Amino acid sequence: MEVLSYLIPISLVLGGVGLLAFIYTVRSNQYDDPDGNSQRILSGEWDDHPKP
Amino acid sequence: MTATMRPTPSACPACSAAPAAEAMAQMDAPKEARIALSVPAVHCAACISTVESELAKVPGVQSARVNLTLKRAQIEADPSVMPDDLIGALERVGYEAFELDAGALAATQTDKAGRDLLMRLAVAGFASMNVMLLSVSVWAGAEDATRDMFHWISAAITLPTIAFSGVPFFKSAWGALKHKRLNMDVPIVLAISLALVTSLWETSLSGHHAYFDAALTLTFFLLAGRYLDYRTRAIARSAAEELAALEVPRAILIRNGEEKQVPVAEVSVGDMILVRPGGRMPVDGEIVEGMSEIDRSLLTGETVPVVAQPGQGVSAGEVNLTGPLVIRATAVGKDTSLHRMADLVAIAESGRSRYTSLADSAAKLYAPGVHILSALSFVGWWLYTYDTRTALNIAAAVLIITCPCALGLAVPAVTTAASGRLFRKGMLIKHATALERLAQVDTVVFDKTGTLTAGTPELTNLGDHTTRDMEIALALAEGSSHPLSMSLSKAAREAGVKPARVDDIREVPGYGTEGSWKGTRVRLGRAAWVGAESRAETAAWLAVGGDAPVAFTFTDRLRAGAEEAVKSLLDAGKDVILISGDATRAVEALANRLGIRQWMAEALPTDKAARIKALSDQGKHVLMVGDGLNDTAALAAAHVSISPASALDAARVASDIVLLGSDLSPINEALDTAKSATRRIRENFQIATAYNVIAVPIAVIGLATPLVAALAMSTSSIIVSLNALRLR
Repeated sequence: MEVLSYLIPISLVLGGVGLLAFIYTVRSNQYDDPDGNSQRILSGEWDDHPKP
Repeated sequence: MTATMRPTPSACPACSAAPAAEAMAQMDAPKEARIALSVPAVHCAACISTVESELAKVPGVQSARVNLTLKRAQIEADPSVMPDDLIGALERVGYEAFELDAGALAATQTDKAGRDLLMRLAVAGFASMNVMLLSVSVWAGAEDATRDMFHWISAAITLPTIAFSGVPFFKSAWGALKHKRLNMDVPIVLAISLALVTSLWETSLSGHHAYFDAALTLTFFLLAGRYLDYRTRAIARSAAEELAALEVPRAILIRNGEEKQVPVAEVSVGDMILVRPGGRMPVDGEIVEGMSEIDRSLLTGETVPVVAQPGQGVSAGEVNLTGPLVIRATAVGKDTSLHRMADLVAIAESGRSRYTSLADSAAKLYAPGVHILSALSFVGWWLYTYDTRTALNIAAAVLIITCPCALGLAVPAVTTAASGRLFRKGMLIKHATALERLAQVDTVVFDKTGTLTAGTPELTNLGDHTTRDMEIALALAEGSSHPLSMSLSKAAREAGVKPARVDDIREVPGYGTEGSWKGTRVRLGRAAWVGAESRAETAAWLAVGGDAPVAFTFTDRLRAGAEEAVKSLLDAGKDVILISGDATRAVEALANRLGIRQWMAEALPTDKAARIKALSDQGKHVLMVGDGLNDTAALAAAHVSISPASALDAARVASDIVLLGSDLSPINEALDTAKSATRRIRENFQIATAYNVIAVPIAVIGLATPLVAALAMSTSSIIVSLNALRLR
């Protein structure tokens, strides 16, 4: 049972990381153009040197 | 303002003569222009890259990005780049583009409410995953101290999450209770809080059952429904704002003898404004200079243009046809007659709130029923066992089981799917209950000008003229940009007519064009100007020297899909009625052409609204399709209304659905989609009811464990969502 003492914190931390990642994607406008994103993946024009 | 006060050692003398212009130039210079264009035709990956690379090629453009969901391009460019250059560049590669007013769009850029809801949904989702993990261990057989610990950890996650994620429900329920009403959110809040209280109590007594996971998944599912609902409306709203942003974003202001393009919002009363031929009046005003003709069809429905001369008043929304006009603004912004009409619509619209949506009528039955049921089971069990703890546990279980997960998703899931389907067909659902109302429609009333017809004239008597007349008329018509002339020359060219040699062609704004042909004076224009009797129908007259003038008559071209739309509506057994403000002859001709038996001509705006009211009083459900200012009252009075995107702002505001394309044929399809959507909503309610009929007795007799509750709730929600998806 002592395995729980670190597994539960780990599961909570992982959940928290997922939540933070989601909040980051919302804040950086990544859901503004779902249709465009699904089409852009097909575009042959990519940028080898994206802006920093 | 210091810039204007300082003596400028400028080399340019004009600058010191017009210090204001210089100050403006300085203010504009450091800013980078951000231009928004609406590009309705983009639909694929290739379109995106064509549009983006074509825009990037225009000198001065820093970056261009297409948003496919909104069919919009955002461009960052030097201030020297004018939107017209970009529109031209796109038109050369075959994409129609319109400039959007960046100011009117600003509100949709940062969608605060949507983000807020999404954040609460995400927090609820992640918390419920974690709590579910712990609950599964409990259901799998964790006991004693382990179970208590799991329950306490669940409580530690659940309480703050509900406090954050449940806010929309708490607010709405409190709002309803304050007005002594019950809405769907009252039982939700009661269920969530009762579940939390009993679970905490149970946990502190080392009890077996805790409903933390149920409270969280409930919040999660309901927030999902609420978010879907919000998305549908937000998309409609942002597209509606886009339409508003399309409207006359600029006016050409004449100040100190110089022309300057300014946003209409900056025009004030008394300013001189130049309206070029083809332009729309941005404000109400009085003509100071120039002769022209104006097209008032959007405001009154008349197709015949009116002469415009100095001293005459013009209203915002009218279109200037032939010569440039200078007008002095007499009313701007909210004071224009256009906006005053829109205010009248707001009053008419309040009558529409009488319609109760299916969801509201379900809530009206549901909310009290649930409360009574739960209270009865509490009383029953207390009388049976005299144990408050058991009775409270069962009452909470009843509330949780009956909680409207499925009901909360039943309507939003369907409307989202249906609105998405109609949006792809080019229709924008603006009003939440528009689909339900559309499904009931049995009578369709059309406006003529601008709705069934495209508002562009078409020559009708091409064959009636001698070749000589045709050739002279063509030569004269090509010297003008008046819509009748353009239509005449297009028709003549297509018939293979070659223009005659006419010298000294000049346009007399407001009258027509004249020139000399083999030494005789020839004129093409208004009846009175060439010396003919005017007729009721739209006509341009040709006079060759002293010969009797001949008429070229025009009719309004039918809008694409108008015939199909009317035919399919008639086939579907709907009553189709044509009501127009135009002359009797024109209306009759169109009605005969389309096979519409009931029609009404020369109708005033109040006549239209009165006719619709009379139809409604007979128990008919009227769909009004119209575009002009004269239709707005009728649009607002009808059971449900549609307007094309080319309609005036006020008409679009008054209508529930906006047709984005120029094609009318999706109307019948919309009626079908609306019908099947309403059927799905009813099915979903039946599914939710069937679920309650099975689950409630189990909860009331005390057999509902948290595991049963979790299974039952998720299954019903998923079934309801899948049923809604069948609409796509």
